[in-house]
Amino acid sequence: MIIFRDVSKIYHIGDTEVRALDHANMHIRKGEFVSIIGPSGSGKSTLMNIVGCLDQASEGTYLLDGQAIEDYSNRELAKIRNRKIGFIFQDFNLLPKLTAYENVELPLIYQRMGKKGRQERVEEALNRVGLWDRRKHRPTELSGGQQQRVAIARALATHPSLFLADEPTGNLDQKTGRELMDIFHELHESGNTIVLITHDAHIAAEASRSIKILDGHVTDVNDASEITEVV
Amino acid sequence: MIGQSFKMAWASVISNKMRSFLTMLGIIIGVIALVVLVSIANGATSSVTDAISSIGTNLLSVTITDDKENPLRLSEMDEVLDLDHIAMAAPTAQTSLTASKGENSESAQITGTTADYLSIEGLNLASGRWIRSSDVENNTNVVVINGDLAADVLGVRNTEQAIGQTISLNGNHYTVIGVLADDETISMSFSSYEAYVPYTSLIRIASSVSSGITSFVCASASDDEIDAAESTLKAWLLKRFDNDDDAFEITNMSTIADTLDSVVNTMTIMLGGIAAISLLVGGIGIMNIMLVSVTERTKEIGIRKAIGAGEGSIMLQFLIEALVLSLLGCLLGVAGSWLILRLIYLISDFNFPMDPGVVVVATAFSLIIGLLFGLYPARKAARKEPIDALHYAG
Ligand SMILES: Nc1ncnc2c1ncn2[C@@H]1O[C@H](COP(=O)(O)OP(=O)(O)O)[C@@H](O)[C@H]1O
Ligand SMILES: [Mg+2]
Repeated sequence: MIIFRDVSKIYHIGDTEVRALDHANMHIRKGEFVSIIGPSGSGKSTLMNIVGCLDQASEGTYLLDGQAIEDYSNRELAKIRNRKIGFIFQDFNLLPKLTAYENVELPLIYQRMGKKGRQERVEEALNRVGLWDRRKHRPTELSGGQQQRVAIARALATHPSLFLADEPTGNLDQKTGRELMDIFHELHESGNTIVLITHDAHIAAEASRSIKILDGHVTDVNDASEITEVV
Repeated sequence: MIGQSFKMAWASVISNKMRSFLTMLGIIIGVIALVVLVSIANGATSSVTDAISSIGTNLLSVTITDDKENPLRLSEMDEVLDLDHIAMAAPTAQTSLTASKGENSESAQITGTTADYLSIEGLNLASGRWIRSSDVENNTNVVVINGDLAADVLGVRNTEQAIGQTISLNGNHYTVIGVLADDETISMSFSSYEAYVPYTSLIRIASSVSSGITSFVCASASDDEIDAAESTLKAWLLKRFDNDDDAFEITNMSTIADTLDSVVNTMTIMLGGIAAISLLVGGIGIMNIMLVSVTERTKEIGIRKAIGAGEGSIMLQFLIEALVLSLLGCLLGVAGSWLILRLIYLISDFNFPMDPGVVVVATAFSLIIGLLFGLYPARKAARKEPIDALHYAG
């Protein structure tokens, strides 16, 4: 479902050229659980943002479901972000003025779903992450782990087929991180595709496959010992 | 989606009340200026035009400044009446006399005239009757007084009781035959005490009034004939006064009404224009704050786009926010205008009703301004790249 062909992302800072991604090639199939590992600044987020249609490659081709990304219109890209992809960020990215309920409801509003349908989806998603009783709380009234669970509920609510998580456990303690991973496993078992960026070798090893990035170069990891090497 | 955008916009307006209020202040002041100024101008116009139309726009008033040693006689009024297009005519002479009864005494403005005067001037009687032609022929001492005179000199509240009473004008006894109804429009005379006597009778008691008529009023049969009536009257007067058009002066009430109307209209448009400019300035204030708000909320926009908000949704949200600001400002402005007009009424007793037309104009104008000045910031918000917006540090 995701194919990168010689994808590069180039930033120009003054006269110097930074290649955050350098001729990256990768292939992620439907229903896979892939972890992406690499040191800080290696280009993991850059890759994830391109996969999530938040950013566009400078060079190369990104095929999403067989179609090159530059062939999608802005409106279609918004629709893909809305319906196909559930993005989970390291720093949660919840809207601070909205309650947990309203945050989870928001992508459904952008789908123009009716009030009743939204209510069902929000309830289902918040129950899944065990936060239905906190639905009236605003992000600032929740712990980091709870905020990230709200963010996951927001991604779940639209029933996307692709979950992209950029270091979702990075800001959380180990116990909360464990709980999140259990949710990802459940999602994987119910047939969703999951791409997870992590720093944690144990977490990376839980995925069915790992991809590593070093200075913008993407390669597959073949045996588990390599993971600990990279991280 | 519009409903949801409205909810989002409302939440944002509410979440920063002080700033929202300051943003709206320009619109509020603009709307108040527009509504109050135009309402006052319209109120003033209608009271002036009411005063004129109660006199009648079929009224011609003539002043003779040079009688060529051959003053106009009362009998010549019949010749004026015979002129084409002229339906009524009445001579007028005015003087100030002391009206008294027993202890009570007041200086009153006395008008000597004839039977037609009542209809020409559009006066109404509360009780009794007006001066008749027989009163003029026999120069009887009868008088029609106004309500103030009845109340303060005769001491009667009920106008019926005044009929038949005797009142003294500079020591001459007059029988009250009628009492005028109180005029609800702004009075054109300065004295609040007025009385009307037969023209012939005034000649006898007032030294300043002679049998030579120096001024008279006439009315055309209808409002349309006023200009025709004016020209026949002018022709007759020219013939009568040796073709000297400086010997007399004709005032056409409908011309005065037209002039006044156009003066007041010009003033209303000017005031409205000034107020509209202040509304425009208010609109620029909205755009300014909306631009700040779009920058401040870059991260929010990024998050919304990341979870799938399209450009249209973001645009709608900010556009509606600008509209909510401008329309809420307009609403507060209209409420403020109402309060100010009430206050003017309580303080000065001038009742200027709020003009519904100008409220509609102010609302439409605010709507357009909100739309116009909200468009650019909303577009700016909608066009942001999701990743740049998301990474905006603030
Ligand atoms: N907007 C940007 N402008 C310039 N350089 C950037 C930008 N975003 C990322 N980079 C650079 O690209 C490289 C990869 O960044 P990133 O993908 O965030 O790394 P990671 O997520 O693996 O820590 C880094 O060297 C970073 O400095
Ligand atoms: Mg990163």
